[in-house]
Amino acid sequence: MTSLVDASVGTTASLARIGGERAFRRRLMEMGLLPGTPVRVVRRANGGGLVEVEVRGCHLTLRASEAQALFLDS
Amino acid sequence: MTATRLQPATGAPLVAVAGNPNVGKTSLFNRLTGQDLKVTNYPGVTVERHVGHTDLPDAGHVEIIDIPGTYSLSGRSAEEQIAIQAIAGLEGNQTPDLLVMAVDSTQLSRNLYLVLQVLELGVPTILALTMTDMLERRKQRIDLDGLTKVLGVPVVRMVCHRGEGVDELRATMDRVLADPSLGRPGWLWRPEHPMLLEDIDQVGRAVPDNWVGDDQDRRWAFGLWALLSLADDDELNAIPDELRKAVAERHALAEESDREIEADVIRGRYEWIDSHVADAVISTAPPVKTRTERVDSILLHPVLGFGIFVVAMGVLFQSLFSWADPMIGLIETIFNELAALIEGSMGPSLVRDFIVDGVIAGVGSVVVFLPQILLLFFMICLMEDTGYMARVAFLMDRIMRKIGLHGRAFVPMLSGFACAVPAVMATRTMERRRDRMVTMMAVPLMSCSARLPVYTLLIAALFPPANVFGFVPVQGGLMVAMYVFSTLIALAAAGIMSKFVFRGVEVPLLLELPPYRVPHWMSVVRMMWQRASLFLQEAGRVILVCTIVLWALLTFPRDPALETDYEALRSQATSTLTGDALDERLAVLDGEEGSDIFLQSYGARMGKLIEPAVEPLGFDWKIGVGLIGAFAAREVFVSTMGVVYGVGDGADEESTTLREHIRDETYTDGKPVYTPLVALSLMVFIALSCQCMSTLAAVYRETHTWKWPTFMFGYMTALAWVMSFAVYQGGKALGLG
Repeated sequence: MTSLVDASVGTTASLARIGGERAFRRRLMEMGLLPGTPVRVVRRANGGGLVEVEVRGCHLTLRASEAQALFLDS
Repeated sequence: MTATRLQPATGAPLVAVAGNPNVGKTSLFNRLTGQDLKVTNYPGVTVERHVGHTDLPDAGHVEIIDIPGTYSLSGRSAEEQIAIQAIAGLEGNQTPDLLVMAVDSTQLSRNLYLVLQVLELGVPTILALTMTDMLERRKQRIDLDGLTKVLGVPVVRMVCHRGEGVDELRATMDRVLADPSLGRPGWLWRPEHPMLLEDIDQVGRAVPDNWVGDDQDRRWAFGLWALLSLADDDELNAIPDELRKAVAERHALAEESDREIEADVIRGRYEWIDSHVADAVISTAPPVKTRTERVDSILLHPVLGFGIFVVAMGVLFQSLFSWADPMIGLIETIFNELAALIEGSMGPSLVRDFIVDGVIAGVGSVVVFLPQILLLFFMICLMEDTGYMARVAFLMDRIMRKIGLHGRAFVPMLSGFACAVPAVMATRTMERRRDRMVTMMAVPLMSCSARLPVYTLLIAALFPPANVFGFVPVQGGLMVAMYVFSTLIALAAAGIMSKFVFRGVEVPLLLELPPYRVPHWMSVVRMMWQRASLFLQEAGRVILVCTIVLWALLTFPRDPALETDYEALRSQATSTLTGDALDERLAVLDGEEGSDIFLQSYGARMGKLIEPAVEPLGFDWKIGVGLIGAFAAREVFVSTMGVVYGVGDGADEESTTLREHIRDETYTDGKPVYTPLVALSLMVFIALSCQCMSTLAAVYRETHTWKWPTFMFGYMTALAWVMSFAVYQGGKALGLG
């Protein structure tokens, strides 16, 4: 498993695990980020402070501190 | 939550438009309603509730409300609670007869998650598929019949900005209003796990009867909602303890057996969606890198993107700061002409003064804000509609999060340099109440353009045009210093307030970057008009009343007894002087008389009253009078001082006579009133105090309570006093006085 912050730009992989604080995890899942959902890492910005991903046709941005708790299948 | 179901005054059916954020819900709403739009607030919260209406062929007149965009009905903030309250008809909301769900066809599965939740509540529903043109551009389409069959409710395909599908949607609305069963799916999602069913059932029993009546499906839906929404740290309103207890018990029980209720429910819903609806999207070509991604690789580029951002913000700032000027000038000219016309056609009287200096000046000081409000909202709508606003938040996240704010707070903060009134209104663009409040409270600390004349006057009058260190001009340097100082204070205030005053629940950033779209001019114009008319109606009233009160304070008592007999002095001058010398002498006498009369007014007496309060800051009571007058608008400080010093009310910051009077003003013992230190202290006071009734009126308009304007006035005045005190007393201690 690779953490989302460490995954290189362009990677497409399935989400393996979603960690983090309860409300945040629930919101992510409600937006369709579930274990098994394919995720593509689109870009990293702000000196690595932000990670943009594409999930279910939607582009979402997370802070690196929170993306750390998301893991992709390697 | 209580289930008082208000009936509409008209008895007309109520249609609610709901959906995820960024799905074209607003343009759908605009397409369905006419121009006549009412904006009120949802009960108890400062979230706007838009109400429009339309006439359907069969159902006739229907009211249409717009429900705030949300990804889910469950949530833990009071604002997220609005959607479920409005859809289920709780807390003073009327239950809608029909729900139109705006569903982004390019992100079907995520949108259907909300649809599943909504269908559980039993309100007849129609799906309006938006963005279908974008879907087709991606060489995809949606099998409408298949989707209708699977979901069991009508689905209409739309391209809102071209008006496609609107007639069909209206016809479908008519059909469902006539036969609500058409809008009910006939099936409901149920989890498979028996323990989960038991959880929902148990919590459902604790759901208050007045939320659900004897509708068992609805009881079940609220049980599920409570399981996903209630938490120790939620900010939800009107939740009975019994329900909280039931939810906590079931969560604890689930934890024992290593189950996670939320994950199980959400996964269950998505599994249903993925297995039933996946076939509904038909692709005829492999996916390609979208246009949006190509544009983003430029606009979000660390260097190039940042450069473009700086230019865009420069344009925004420049437009507020200077491009609005000709319009503002025109408005001022019109109102001055109108005042002159009335002055010319009426004899001098109290009524005339009231009309000219009270009413016309008051209306003028409201209308004068329109150019900046219209311009700012034009830019904001453009940025929102194109999708650039989300990128602004993206680019500014790093800086703004340091002071505990959302990246979106950048635009209102920047606008604050031009004028706090449109900037306060622009805080609307932020989703969370706490972000809005923090920004709103900090924005008036940014040095707005109305402070500029005050700085200019004081710097020019008290500081020599020299250089320090040989190359830094004192005057220009001071001006820059004032801007830097007020910006730092504003940022610090925002940081402190987000830490201590509006703590709220810490929400991680989860920013959606919507695809770039061509803006729809109709909705831009409509939004500008809406904002402007709300300002005129609500803030305008307050500003008008304040102007009249201020006018009365500075006008009464009329014809007070004066110590100096100006008539005698005038006739003496006429008999001893001729030509230019006479004119000059008469002008001086007019000014002095005006000053004498003014200083007898109740407002000026208030200035004397507050003298002990401003004395430690180095101000005399006449400056106190100027500060009271400046409450109308900060730049009025300049003309008020003009009247006070007998230069006349036409004096502006470039007036050399006014500058001389300021330099020459002395106390009775001959010491000058103004020293550079006093000027510095006064500039600090003007920079930090809330000497602006229009800002307070705008905050009142946004928060719908006097609590926050009062708080703002209180904290800013205290801050200004303390900082001025520190500057003046500190300076004196250093021997600068």
